[in-house]
Amino acid sequence: MTPRRKRLVLVLGIIAGVSIAGALALSAFRQNVTFFFDPTQVTAGEVPAGERFRLGGMVTKGSVQRAPGSLEVRFVVTDFKHDIPVSYTGVLPDLFREGQGVVAHGRMSGATFVADEVLAKHDEKYMPPEVAKSLKKRQGETAAPGGA
Amino acid sequence: MLPELGHFALILAMLLAALQAFFGIAGPALGRDRWTAAVTPAVAGQFVMVATAVACLIASFVANDFSVTYIAENSNSALPLFYRVAAMWGAHEGSLLLWIFLLGCWTVAVAIGVSKLPARFAARVLGVLGVVSFGFLLFTLATSNPFLRLDPPAPDGRDLNPILQDFALAIHPPILYTGYVGFAVAFAFACAAMLEGRMDQMWARWTRPWTTSAWAFLSVGIALGSWWAYYELGWGGYWFWDPVENASFMPWLVGTALIHSLAVTDKRGLFKSWTLLLAVLAFSLSLLGTFLVRSGVLVSVHSFAADPTRGIFILAFLIVMIGGALTLYAWRAPLLKSQAGFDLGARESFLLFNNILLVIGAATVFGGTLAPLIADSLGLGTLSVGTPYFNPTFMLSMLPLLALLSLGVHAKWKRGQLSGARRILLTTLVIAAIAGVIIVFGVYSHGKVLSPVAATLGVWIILSSLVDPVDRLRRKLSLPRSVIGMSVAHIGLGIFVLSVTTVESFTLERDVALGLGERTSVGNYEFRFEGIKSIEGPNYNGVEGKVTVTRHGVPTSVVYPQKRQYWVQRQVTTEAAIEMHHGSNVFVALGDELGAGKWSVRFQIRPLVNFLWLGAFIMAVGGAIAATDRRYRVAREAVTTVPVATPGVAGGASHATPGQFREECPGPTLSGRMPAQEEAG
Repeated sequence: MTPRRKRLVLVLGIIAGVSIAGALALSAFRQNVTFFFDPTQVTAGEVPAGERFRLGGMVTKGSVQRAPGSLEVRFVVTDFKHDIPVSYTGVLPDLFREGQGVVAHGRMSGATFVADEVLAKHDEKYMPPEVAKSLKKRQGETAAPGGA
Repeated sequence: MLPELGHFALILAMLLAALQAFFGIAGPALGRDRWTAAVTPAVAGQFVMVATAVACLIASFVANDFSVTYIAENSNSALPLFYRVAAMWGAHEGSLLLWIFLLGCWTVAVAIGVSKLPARFAARVLGVLGVVSFGFLLFTLATSNPFLRLDPPAPDGRDLNPILQDFALAIHPPILYTGYVGFAVAFAFACAAMLEGRMDQMWARWTRPWTTSAWAFLSVGIALGSWWAYYELGWGGYWFWDPVENASFMPWLVGTALIHSLAVTDKRGLFKSWTLLLAVLAFSLSLLGTFLVRSGVLVSVHSFAADPTRGIFILAFLIVMIGGALTLYAWRAPLLKSQAGFDLGARESFLLFNNILLVIGAATVFGGTLAPLIADSLGLGTLSVGTPYFNPTFMLSMLPLLALLSLGVHAKWKRGQLSGARRILLTTLVIAAIAGVIIVFGVYSHGKVLSPVAATLGVWIILSSLVDPVDRLRRKLSLPRSVIGMSVAHIGLGIFVLSVTTVESFTLERDVALGLGERTSVGNYEFRFEGIKSIEGPNYNGVEGKVTVTRHGVPTSVVYPQKRQYWVQRQVTTEAAIEMHHGSNVFVALGDELGAGKWSVRFQIRPLVNFLWLGAFIMAVGGAIAATDRRYRVAREAVTTVPVATPGVAGGASHATPGQFREECPGPTLSGRMPAQEEAG
């Protein structure tokens, strides 16, 4: 092979590799992205049926319930306009608390959101941005109390 | 008084940084030698001022001066002394000051290191560093001044975030930042070369030790952060593809590509413009990391500052720095032509693939990290990208990289031959495959599809990295530090790969509700919940569980996981109990009280997980060894001695024989082909 052809093969190989990688990354991306919805959107039926999504809002004060001795915990996530009951089985994160922001991953099962992961990855003065945004939006619609 | 002194010192530092930038860039450009000579004093002055500011802030922290807003927000009189010092970089303002201080340290080191290089080039490097420093000082003073007073003073502070009150996390930011900021040096060298409009192999040789050192620091910094997340956050994971983790990982990936590309530029005078581009890219990603972490635009565990004006300033700074560098690149890079060619199977090709795969890896991480931000700003909804995206896409570029590594290390420069290495490579591959199968199916008895492949690659990398050093020792050839360093770093990578494989394939975890005296078993281990008691620390109280661990029925240990509540911020933290048995980490974390006398407890068995951080640390050690190779020192000293044509006169290079000297140091202007070198083997 002449050097020119060799270089051509090399460049074509690289382009092919990069495009395959790009295509696979894009398909992985499509399949694995989860969208965020707040309780109002969920109540309005904006979530496609059976889809895994993230639910975010505030944990309603006094809503956390447990059957004594069980790992299953139930609580209510609210945006102060609508409420969604959540059920989760497992160890809650350190920062999970009533009256604080929370993001949960999972699916709707009837009227209950069954979470497989609960995140409260923020410190005291910090809110998950999407929750803060959603609360602000809902607060604008009515003068509901609370918020960021 | 101290805070005002610090504030004043910071203002002076900014003015000196401006002078450093001006003299360093305008002096050589206009040919004014006096200006050029004024750069070094400006560097020294700026460093003294920044160090004064840092000392003032730390002293105020130690003295519990809660009339300073930053200290009132991030410290407390009950905080132990060590954390009062570490609290200096516990939040946004102080960590910026730390960034500037570390940049000052690098700049002083560079000023000493480049003192033997051509004066104009040295001044340009320092000038570019001055621009970076000026930008950060301006940012700090304008938006994030840590010295602002609080009126009236707070009676006591709001305390350092409890999850930051930890040894590994206290030292994690300085080390990580040393790595981040270190890429500013590679960036400055690249900009200086572009300003000169000339770049040769000597340039690569001057740049390499700085880049490798920065990379080594970044490796240790990332590993420390990962280790901390593992034992402190209570989830037992080592990597979450969290935006902030990604922000530190992207410069690491591009920095790794840069190290390898620099090797080609050094040895063969090729990949010149690509190397420059990578140097610009690595530092841009470091800046972007700062932007992502500090502007609070992404959901993240570390986003302590959620202030958009800061984000906008950083964004503007980013555009000026990266835009400026890329403009310079577009203007100057076409001047840098490489003459030499190489075969498809030559080492250059393998390093090219290395670079492409690393950059693709960085790009997939970049896409996943920024997609939520882009989708949000385009109004496409709030989406999140997590492990299910990152793991497969990242592996897609990393598996070929690992597969090609052993071949690339043994390929010859220029010509596509594996020559004598072919047999030994095949032998090591067979051994590695057997070892991989034994590890996956023999030791752990199950696994995923890719487990044996990844385990084989890990072992192969370790074995094949040993081939060259062992061969050199046996033939009593010299063993330069660059070769030792490369082998050590690759062995570290192999260990890391092996560890990730076992952890990802064979981790066992269970969340269980346990009452007093109840048992549960996970894998070969059985756990008995013995009891719980109250505890009190210097600034927290909490509960401590007692769990006995037995393996195959034999008692191995008693562990005490804790749950703490810190008084000031009322924040709860999990202190998991972690022990290593037979290479596996047994992780026990206490959850919540469930009522009816039961507690939720999380148990995890992660095989070989400690080797993950050990592997990263070994990689960094390899980098440190390679950075101290004699060639780089000789390259620096050659500049002043070669034109005199009497190498023997060179003071510092006295241990290099004249013959070696000529061969290794072709002089600063030589470009294109290099004589065949020892390292080529």
